[in-house]
Amino acid sequence: MSDGATVTKDSTDIYDVERYRRDFPILSKPMNGKPLVFLDSAASAQKPRQVIDAMRYVYENEYANVHRGAYALSADTTTAYEGARTKVRDFLNAAHSREIIFTKNATESINLVANTFGRDSLKAGDEIIISTMEHHSNIVPWQMLRDQMGLVLKAVPITDDGEFMMAEYEKMLSSKTKLVAITHTSNALGTVTPAAEIVEKAHAVGAKVLLDGSQAVVHMPVDVQALDADFYVFTGHKLYGPSGVGVLYGKETLLDAMPPFMGGGEMIAQVTLEKSTWAALPNKFEAGTPMIAQAIGLGAAVDYVTEIGMDRIRAHEQDLLTYATQRLSAVEGLKILGTAPVKAAVISFTLGDIHPHDISSIIDRAGVACRAGHHCAQLVMDRFGVVGTTRASFGLYNTRAEADALAEALETAREFFG
Amino acid sequence: MLDELRELYQEVILDHGKNPRNFRDVEDATSQAHGSNPLCGDQLVVYVKVGDDDIIQDVSFVGKGCAISMASASMMTELVRGKTIDGANHMFDHVHHMCTGEGEDVDVTEFGEDADRIGVLSGVREFPVRVKCATLAWHTLKAAMEGKEEASSEA
Ligand SMILES: Cc1ncc(COP(=O)(O)O)c(C=O)c1O
Repeated sequence: MSDGATVTKDSTDIYDVERYRRDFPILSKPMNGKPLVFLDSAASAQKPRQVIDAMRYVYENEYANVHRGAYALSADTTTAYEGARTKVRDFLNAAHSREIIFTKNATESINLVANTFGRDSLKAGDEIIISTMEHHSNIVPWQMLRDQMGLVLKAVPITDDGEFMMAEYEKMLSSKTKLVAITHTSNALGTVTPAAEIVEKAHAVGAKVLLDGSQAVVHMPVDVQALDADFYVFTGHKLYGPSGVGVLYGKETLLDAMPPFMGGGEMIAQVTLEKSTWAALPNKFEAGTPMIAQAIGLGAAVDYVTEIGMDRIRAHEQDLLTYATQRLSAVEGLKILGTAPVKAAVISFTLGDIHPHDISSIIDRAGVACRAGHHCAQLVMDRFGVVGTTRASFGLYNTRAEADALAEALETAREFFG
Repeated sequence: MLDELRELYQEVILDHGKNPRNFRDVEDATSQAHGSNPLCGDQLVVYVKVGDDDIIQDVSFVGKGCAISMASASMMTELVRGKTIDGANHMFDHVHHMCTGEGEDVDVTEFGEDADRIGVLSGVREFPVRVKCATLAWHTLKAAMEGKEEASSEA
């Protein structure tokens, strides 16, 4: 795989993909007797040794509950847990660590906002705007809230290329719009949305904005202050971290004004039988014992990608995207869904009328792991009139040779169903 | 690699997958059921017309799905037509056992020549994620015969 290394902006600075691959133990394990070609990082990314070791270290050396014991061990755990929060703060360039709330995943982060901000500051007739490109986790919570509160839910359509239709969005915005919840990068199409512009236009009518960064933070540097996002969510397991931890960033003034999500330990200041008062941020939103080792693992993942550099990861993946797009386009009958000019390294495609599951079974035998189906984005599938697609998504450890392996496996699929 | 795939995608399956038989509705169906595989979104409807003598006079399906699920549905309609409800249920048990390894082993001698045709589906055993594709139509048929409107391959 000598062509795996690509040259980044600084031409002396070689992106040594083989070195990074060695950090991921699973990548050297065979799959169906073939080297594993893992092209499903958009569903969940593999974990580097640094993350696995950090979690093991917690359990072997510094594990106790956080924010509770007055003994040294608990203090060590608390320091590591809060250290992870600081790392996430730096990663997103949030103004304060207390604006970073640890949740279970992106889904929980969105539900938290729906159930606190949504319930507290919206009223019947108010409007929420999403897009047809959203993952189900950024659709269903708003539908539920709409049905409970009598809200109106609108969805910005997308173009044939899978681009966010700004003009349609502008038409939908009005003084009734109270919240705009849009993906920063589409998991089904790879489209990177013009998030800063979306935020600016929403703010102009007084609406708040939640950006779903689950697929964005893994592919590019993100600065929540530059975006001026009110809420920004992502999930740990797609960022090379463990499952079981997600992040909600919220502007301090908003989080402060919001009621708690869940009640319990950790989130209170005082409890009497008559009433309780809430802890300060971020604890107000972290009821109960949190996902301690997972948060620390996420901190290690953030360190890992930061050390490589998100801009270098982006450059490497953009090279793969261009290369793989060319390679796949040459496969007869292959049609790529999602051809927006600004895209992350995600390629969704159909191949003739071969069902995605049949494609997946065939390429799986060649060791190539791709996701097949609707990718939790049925509105996108409906938009393009397909039941599902096959999706190849690339991460920091993928190579051009792996794009070749995919293209070759797809030729086999064509032969079979030809 | 290709050998295992040929086990799964035998010629008969590819043929039925591409040109499904009895791909239509039955206007005077005595019952019908809708089946879906929530994993992939595949959907189908199975129609059956059962006579007073409990014999399946007509059976058909419509829907969308992968080659395995389309072929399984298509072959099923050919296999169970003319059978009694009991006979069709036995065939269901056999298919289920053959694909999943669960439930009772069925004595295939009662199926005569059909046994080999059903056996074509056994390739899915090597592809655990595809078992539901092969059994969806059968679950849906069973639901229809039991007067239920919905079947899921989770069943
Ligand atoms: C864009 C997007 N949003 C949200 C999610 C939900 O992430 P999780 O299931 O970890 O909550 C995903 C993951 O599939 C996603 O791709």
